[in-house]
Amino acid sequence: MKGLYRPGDSPIHRLAPQCKLLAVVLFAVVVVATPRERFLAFLLYALSLAVVVLLARIPPGYVLKRLAVELPFVLFAVAIPFIGMGERVEVLGVPLSVAGLWASWNILAKATLGVAASIVLAATTEPRALLLGAQRLRVPQLLIQIATFMLRYLEVILDEMRRMRVARESRGFAARDFRQAPVLAKSAGAMFIRSYERGERVHLAMLSRGYTGVMPALADGRAPKAQWAMAAVLPVVASAVLFVS
Amino acid sequence: MHVPDGFFTAPVAIGAGVVAVAGVAVALRRAKTELDDRTAPMAGLVAAFIFAVQMLNFPIAAGTSGHLLGGALAAILVGPYTAVLCVSVVLLVQGFFFADGGLTALGINIVLMAIIPSAVGWGIFQLVTRVARNRAAVIAGSFVAALISVPIAALTFAVLFTIGGTAPIEAGAVFAAMGGVHVLVGIGEGLITAVTVSSVLAVRPDLVYGARFLTKPLVLKTAAGEQVVEPARPETTPKPVRPFLIGGGIVALLLAGVVSFFASSSPDGLERVAEDEGFLGAATDHSFGGFFLADYGDVGGIPVGVAGIIGVAITLLVGGAILWAVRQKNAA
Repeated sequence: MKGLYRPGDSPIHRLAPQCKLLAVVLFAVVVVATPRERFLAFLLYALSLAVVVLLARIPPGYVLKRLAVELPFVLFAVAIPFIGMGERVEVLGVPLSVAGLWASWNILAKATLGVAASIVLAATTEPRALLLGAQRLRVPQLLIQIATFMLRYLEVILDEMRRMRVARESRGFAARDFRQAPVLAKSAGAMFIRSYERGERVHLAMLSRGYTGVMPALADGRAPKAQWAMAAVLPVVASAVLFVS
Repeated sequence: MHVPDGFFTAPVAIGAGVVAVAGVAVALRRAKTELDDRTAPMAGLVAAFIFAVQMLNFPIAAGTSGHLLGGALAAILVGPYTAVLCVSVVLLVQGFFFADGGLTALGINIVLMAIIPSAVGWGIFQLVTRVARNRAAVIAGSFVAALISVPIAALTFAVLFTIGGTAPIEAGAVFAAMGGVHVLVGIGEGLITAVTVSSVLAVRPDLVYGARFLTKPLVLKTAAGEQVVEPARPETTPKPVRPFLIGGGIVALLLAGVVSFFASSSPDGLERVAEDEGFLGAATDHSFGGFFLADYGDVGGIPVGVAGIIGVAITLLVGGAILWAVRQKNAA
């Protein structure tokens, strides 16, 4: 399971993680708060996000490909005009609900902009740096530590799962229908025991290295004002668009 | 599959966000009593396990497959508070690192997939294992807990959707579709959860948090006779949660009462369009039209804010009943 991070050296990559994190969350809030009749506003949001993608030197195809995450909801959104209530309008001979069309547009526009903004954030920020950024935004220490451990051991656990799958399949196992589910559930049980025991070993190893429940901070990492100002451009432009349009 | 941005109106997203923050904060405090100073590494590894198990595809029939949601499973294996933390962290990581699920919908996702399945699953598991205290009851309890937690979460989604969904779909249809599909999903979830718990019980029964009552105390047989060794309990004094809970309740009531006034003083996008296009009169009222909380408005002569407060009160009562049941259990 590879994250979305793309190593690079652009102004966006160099921005302090806490600034980027806050900027993207604020941008998403502004997008969601925009009334759906303002087509121009959504166009301008997309354009400003495109400028950020260019500045970050991320290939546009990379962002577009990752947008596939929202596919299940796109299917749902496409279905709304057919099952929606209210007045109907004929489009190519098919009666569609007017309110349903609005809802469909609303979800598609906002979800796409939101996902695109998160992709830009994840693509330009190293996962560890993103966690440090969240910590500097006063997210509880314990939550950050749990996420740190999860990300650190995710690969390990997934590799373990892969080895168990190879072991099952090399013994002729094939999951055809629900009757084979108990075998997989037992694998899940074994995986839990392995994960839990690994957690115990990690904890003991940390204790023997002087862990007291708090991770030592290695650097202050405060962001200079210029970085905050630069990160603020995206949400400020977005809210300006919201108020003007 | 997570709720993206723009699926719910802003007031619902904000309300769910407040509930999610309060729930995670309570879980952070209480998880320390379940795991003491091992919390960070253990919960981290369990979160990685949940993430992995959600990628394990189970065959259903003829090429289709589903995956485990894992809220109830986590609650039974590591305790309800740790489970809320683990699943919440999984959702946060999916939102920020894999761009899965909207950032403004994180509150809704945490409420629907972390808090409700863990709380409902744990509550039901406690009820079943109180009736009979043996291995079979633990497995049966796991089945029922996972089975019920999934449709309850789906129905909560339907309730949120009728309050603040952005799509004009008849409420009855949403309830029927979400409920019907998720009863089936729940049966699968229940079976897999029960087998998983039973396979962990077979190897390391001490690891199943919900089955701690099965472990027998250590007995030392010495020349002087038999001596029962009490397991060492971690010396932790749980911080008082009561003021915190009361504060959270007041905040929720205020939000529901005050914010919903502001939220509804201007018509939402759909109503606005409906007025502009002049088809508001044509829209048929949904099946709960006569119900006194319907439309969060004046149907039963109840003003908007009061309807919001009643909603929060009902939620608090149900949540409180579950918490009380859990508390009684822990005290026993």
